[in-house]
Amino acid sequence: MIQKEKILVYGYGNPGRQDDGLGAALIQKIDEWLTSFPSQKIITDTNYQLNIEDAASVSEASKVIFVDASIEEIENFSFTEVKASDARVEFSMHAVSPAFVIDLCTKMYGKAPNAYLLHIKGYEWDFREELTPGAQTNLSLAFEFLCDFLKPNL
Amino acid sequence: MSKKITIEPVTRVEGHGKVTIHMDDNGNIQQSRLHIVEFRGFERFVQGRPYWEAPVLVQRLCGICPVSHHLAAAKALDVIVGAGTGHGLTPTGEKMRRLMHYGQFFQSHALHFFHLSAPDFLFGIDGDPAIRNIIGIALTRPELAVQGVMMRKFGQEVIRATAGKKIHGTGAIPGGINKHLTIEERDEFLKGADPLNADKMVSWAEEALDFFKNYYLSNKDFIDNFAYFPSNHLSLVRKDGALDLYHGVLRAVDAQGNKILNDIDYQEYTDYIEEEVRSWSYMKFPYLKQYGKEKGWYRVGPLARLNTADFIPSPIAQREFEIYKALTNGKPNNHCMLMHYARLIETLHAAEMIRELLNDPDLLEGELVTKGVKQKEGVGLIEAPRGTLFHHYRINDNDQIEMANLIVSTTNNNEPMNRSVNHVAKSVMTGKEVITEGMMNAVEVAIRAYDPCLSCATHALGNMPLEITLVDKNDQIIDRRRSHEG
Repeated sequence: MIQKEKILVYGYGNPGRQDDGLGAALIQKIDEWLTSFPSQKIITDTNYQLNIEDAASVSEASKVIFVDASIEEIENFSFTEVKASDARVEFSMHAVSPAFVIDLCTKMYGKAPNAYLLHIKGYEWDFREELTPGAQTNLSLAFEFLCDFLKPNL
Repeated sequence: MSKKITIEPVTRVEGHGKVTIHMDDNGNIQQSRLHIVEFRGFERFVQGRPYWEAPVLVQRLCGICPVSHHLAAAKALDVIVGAGTGHGLTPTGEKMRRLMHYGQFFQSHALHFFHLSAPDFLFGIDGDPAIRNIIGIALTRPELAVQGVMMRKFGQEVIRATAGKKIHGTGAIPGGINKHLTIEERDEFLKGADPLNADKMVSWAEEALDFFKNYYLSNKDFIDNFAYFPSNHLSLVRKDGALDLYHGVLRAVDAQGNKILNDIDYQEYTDYIEEEVRSWSYMKFPYLKQYGKEKGWYRVGPLARLNTADFIPSPIAQREFEIYKALTNGKPNNHCMLMHYARLIETLHAAEMIRELLNDPDLLEGELVTKGVKQKEGVGLIEAPRGTLFHHYRINDNDQIEMANLIVSTTNNNEPMNRSVNHVAKSVMTGKEVITEGMMNAVEVAIRAYDPCLSCATHALGNMPLEITLVDKNDQIIDRRRSHEG
């Protein structure tokens, strides 16, 4: 159970679809890193995609970092603040966006954590359970960045 | 000038799909087609892999219903390792798998109702799309939004406890299961702090059903007539005719309730079912061989299951089943929109079964795996939330998979979804010069009733808006409009 003043690092994507597994891969590295810096404040989780129940999970954290693979034209990775979005939901409602989760959390609980999205550039999305070399490089860079970001909270 | 209207992609269903509606010069609907880009390469992908990897590998197919693929593959491999079909497992093996499966059903059906379909009921199918979603529900009926979210969460936790983890679960293995439920896990599900406990989930499932029943009373004409058409229905049923979502024999009934596939052993499904290829769709069209392509197509999923089953083996759901069956005097229900009613009865059944299983000591101890004389070939069928799911594997002397065939639930519903689209298009678009958002959503409402999972696209490849393209008889684009633009 997540408690207040906790930081949730939440990776999502399908590791069976090559670079779509970047979110889960980063969480694995963070979990290994945390064994050297045990912290009660940092909690990790993974799933195939975000969904409506995540509004309940994030409501119990003070800060949330979503970690996802990206097909956007970014260099290596990007780290941006997530604002609650009232944008209409298009396309697949079996999965929702970080902004949607934060918005739903706000509407349901009257509060929401500070939220960020760590987007890691991916390249291939076939049925294979391994990251491409480019994605592995981006993963390492994103991991270093996230460790620096989290260290003050250890 | 005759026109072709394309709606692409369909919102609030998983994957990519587009709808093309052909109109003649007089504005009459000539033909409607739901095009689905289904990835068909997965069967080839598993070829050459050791058979015991399949239950984990197949979860790569879909992040929406991985548990269904996981269990269907495991059931096929039960046959291959000589553990028999379904009831050949140890009590612990079968009951842990059932608990996982009911958890999947519960969370999947809850998502569909609260997130995908309830907004249409609350705000109207031509309501403001800006609020026609669960955020709109959170603003207007917050208690419903909380129920939807927490029901999803409960089901996900059941899956995590039985499958081992949320991504690429490893719980089901050929011949059984790889873990027991711990006492702590059981107690958390049975006696967890409100609302995350089994009693509350049963109670909320009843409330969701009451919500729909009240909606139905107030909107009977719409529900009864929207995309109504007779069809055959197919699903697994327990040998005694009970609804069974995990295992059974394969039964089909026609629109009048006559058995047209009489409780066959699904290991022999290829003797009874064929798949037709049509040039305009990547997704095949299954049908019962005996009745041919024109008459042998069928529906699967909640509506079909409650049409093929004689009763439901859990008391509250059975009571509701009797009320539901009385609507059609015990005959099959062919009302597309009553699929929502059937789905909510199944949600209630899943909640009851979770509660019953959690009190079963076999979950906590006992043999996990059964093995016997290895076979070369096995078929695993399961009722996925969206309908009957077929997995069929054959292995070689090196224990590698040399043949795989999958018929997924949405493929089984291909023909009825197309007919539903055509029915609604004729009803709301005939003679119309302007296609409104409400008309577009009406078409989507018909498709969404089946809760299709249209492809295996990853979420990262996903977001795009709804788009309509008008094309003349020469396939020249006359107009294109994205959803929610002016």
